[in-house]
Amino acid sequence: MSNALNQDAENGPVMAADGTPLKRSLARALRRQKGRALLLIAPLLIFVLVTFIVPIGSMLFRSVENDIVANTLPDTVQRLASWDATSGELPAEGVYEAMYYDLFVAAEAKRHTRLGSRLNYEESGISSLFRQSGRKIDDLAKDATKALESAVPAFKDGETWYALMNAGNDEANSGLLSAMRGRIGRLNDSSASGDMDFAPSALMADILPLTTRSYTEWAVYEATEEGRDPATRDPWELVPLALLQELKTADLSGLTGTRAELLTQAQAVNFDIPPYSEVLADIDPEWGTILPWETIQTHSSKYTAGYFLNAVDAQKTPEGYAWQPEDKQILLKLFGRTLIMSMIITCSCILLGYPVAWLLANLPTAKANLLMILVLLPFWTSLLVRTSAWKVMLQQQGVINDVLVWLGLVDDANRLIMINNQFGTIVAMTHILLPFMILPMYSVMQTVPPSYLRAAKSLGATNWTAFWRVYFPQSIPGIGAGSILVFILSIGYYITPEIVGGTKGVFISNRIAYHISSSLNWGLAAALGSILLAVVLLLYWCYDRIVGIDNVKLG
Amino acid sequence: MANTSTDAAFVEFERVQKSYDGVNLVVKDLNLSMPRGEFLTMLGPSGSGKTTCLMMLAGFETATHGDIRLGGTSINNIPPHKRGIGMVFQNYALFPHMTVAENLAFPLEVRKIGKSEREEKIHRALGMVQMNDFAGRRPTQLSGGQQQRIALARALVFEPELVLMDEPLGALDKQLRETLQFEITKLAHDLGITVVYVTHDQTEALTMSDRVAVFENGRIQQLAPPDQLYEKPENSFVAQFIGENNTLMGEVKEITNGTAVVQLDGGDLIDAVPVNVSKVGERTRVSIRPERVEMNKERLMPGAKTLKAEVLEFIYMGDIFRTRLRVAGSDDFVIKTRNAPDQVRLTPGTQIEIGWLPEDCRALDA
Ligand SMILES: Nc1ncnc2c1ncn2[C@@H]1O[C@H](COP(=O)(O)OP(=O)(O)OP(=O)(O)O)[C@@H](O)[C@H]1O
Ligand SMILES: [Mg+2]
Repeated sequence: MSNALNQDAENGPVMAADGTPLKRSLARALRRQKGRALLLIAPLLIFVLVTFIVPIGSMLFRSVENDIVANTLPDTVQRLASWDATSGELPAEGVYEAMYYDLFVAAEAKRHTRLGSRLNYEESGISSLFRQSGRKIDDLAKDATKALESAVPAFKDGETWYALMNAGNDEANSGLLSAMRGRIGRLNDSSASGDMDFAPSALMADILPLTTRSYTEWAVYEATEEGRDPATRDPWELVPLALLQELKTADLSGLTGTRAELLTQAQAVNFDIPPYSEVLADIDPEWGTILPWETIQTHSSKYTAGYFLNAVDAQKTPEGYAWQPEDKQILLKLFGRTLIMSMIITCSCILLGYPVAWLLANLPTAKANLLMILVLLPFWTSLLVRTSAWKVMLQQQGVINDVLVWLGLVDDANRLIMINNQFGTIVAMTHILLPFMILPMYSVMQTVPPSYLRAAKSLGATNWTAFWRVYFPQSIPGIGAGSILVFILSIGYYITPEIVGGTKGVFISNRIAYHISSSLNWGLAAALGSILLAVVLLLYWCYDRIVGIDNVKLG
Repeated sequence: MANTSTDAAFVEFERVQKSYDGVNLVVKDLNLSMPRGEFLTMLGPSGSGKTTCLMMLAGFETATHGDIRLGGTSINNIPPHKRGIGMVFQNYALFPHMTVAENLAFPLEVRKIGKSEREEKIHRALGMVQMNDFAGRRPTQLSGGQQQRIALARALVFEPELVLMDEPLGALDKQLRETLQFEITKLAHDLGITVVYVTHDQTEALTMSDRVAVFENGRIQQLAPPDQLYEKPENSFVAQFIGENNTLMGEVKEITNGTAVVQLDGGDLIDAVPVNVSKVGERTRVSIRPERVEMNKERLMPGAKTLKAEVLEFIYMGDIFRTRLRVAGSDDFVIKTRNAPDQVRLTPGTQIEIGWLPEDCRALDA
């Protein structure tokens, strides 16, 4: 065997004992090892992916995602694309018609208010337009239905409609069906893939495209979203309207049998459909202005920088980017305040923590342990309790004010306002974040041997010089690590500013929480969060450039 | 010991005691006086109080009792940075965030010495330790020996009169240690500085020092020049601590004009110099250096007492032979002989007779 091996080595790839090339069998062995290692870390890996990477990724995505406009008003958006908002003219009649049909479906699916609030972030007032229109959009369609049903009573029956539109033994238009499945699915954030027996007739789709489309839309909605069989139910009033509208010009010569009979009767119905621009302007005169149309057009793309622009107090207008109106500009200020207050908190933590860390590192073990327990004690108390304790301390009828008044240092009428403002936030957060500053500083100081100080003194340095020129520079990595930790923690802190910050002492994170839980503007919340993340990464990068991340020691 | 007169003393410890915990005395009644320019080594086992003495001198520890004087004035209440004592630490204590030149500039800067003078002094000090090429490096970019040189240069750059060194060569390998030992002694003598040097390497102590103070348990056991320390140890601790030593236990039988007759525990009688035995009948530990034992009867004084010995082991060590014998019931009696052409190589089992000059054999405390 060894002979064979040697020969192989000379005139070909080296073989393993079982005859496979050595390279491959080595790779296999290594793969097995790697696989085993991967299995070991798999639980953590999955945990991290699911709980950390995925939410952050989805947050980043959410901050630019904007398909709600195109999903809710697909036809309108498409037709509006060629309209020039700056021309000063209203969009063409076709756009109004598309809007009527889109909005009708959206109102039936109750999605129009969502779109309204989305667009309201960009143009306030627009949400009431959508709400209003949703309520009145079916007036015209109802009239059309009444007219049709009183003339041809057979149309009162859902089965008539079904027989008219369903392909049955004819050729089916499956393209239309799947397009409508997609349309309804996107509208409702679902897959709209449930089973259904209905398939639009290709023939009808040729002769009456709008009607067939509307009916298919309804049938898909009925079957997949409501779980009802379209065969026995009345369609939306939109379908009779479409039928009456199309019959005015439709050529029915290709039809035979019941279909031809029914539709010829329906063609005789005299129902006057005003231009859709008038219909919409009747519902709300705002549709007769440029404003809603240009808002829709500006924000109709699938991805938007709008949330990020809003996050920095700007907005996208048809003329380009612009600042928000003066009274809505709060976020930049809030970012600035968050940064400045975080810096103040970090500095306070350095000033208060340094001596403690120094004592921890230099006291005899027994005393240092006691001190360490005192440092760690806050960790054993709930954050809420600690923050609330500060409320008790700082409020106007609180402990500190009482003592000051009792000492006569402060007049009873002019008690100090130390809470629900920036001062309160800074005090409480400094206290809460102090351990995160002390511990890294301590672990670095512990590694500085006392002989350096002795050496400095033996060389003639006073205590202060020895400290400042020899000890302090060596403790900087600890200060750096503590500062990064405290700064990053404080820049995203939420609970404490929420409780003691009032209106002037809140952070950007409180605004994010507001948008997530109260205003439900998740896109803006995600954009704010992404900016926060970017700021932290940027600061981290700067720090790395200036101090060097290798110099940071956490323990 | 010619240098004990107090008016010539530069460094003086007078009845110094030190306790860290109020229970044990780490330094017990230390009296020491050094003239200017002396190289004194403190030698002793671990925990014997050498570092403590040095720290008291440097000012980092205060004496619990007694007086420490420098140039005649008591320095008990002078803070360390005003004492002007150079110090070399065992772990070098070079400031890691400064370059070599900045390290050396530090003592000059705190003394507010001008830039040009500073540079000149740094240059000179680095020259003394042949490290001029390394001025721009950080301490971590130097080898152990180079760091030690820089530490030495830093302790010397501000021209102190007294330099303290606490096991400065402890972390280096043997060869480097020997080179640096030589360099340090030479520098100290050239500059005329007074040095207190701490080590527990006895060869280092013997080769470098003018005088060696042997510490044990917070006391100086003997303070003497190296040759005296080796040849005339004053008690059995010093005899055993310095160099290799054969000891035999026995009892004093007779003391007459400077010689004592000792009866060993095996019954044999030998002559010895009485060092710290005074009474007949006292137990004693007799000590003989291995290289002073003689196997050749002709070289001994006529009438000198001899002992029977059996060769147990012969070890060839190149320059010397080391032979282990059984003498007077003791199995670890060692003799060392020079590897000379006429030297016999003893084979184990051989019976021989050994003897020595009476003055080489010292009767010490048991
Ligand atoms: N800071 C201190 N606190 C309490 N005891 C101490 C302190 N420093 C030293 N000691 C004790 O004092 C005694 C003498 O210590 P010292 O450091 O002087 O010994 P040393 O002779 O230098 O030993 P080594 O050769 O190991 O360095 C030891 O028993 C030691 O435990
Ligand atoms: Mg020591």
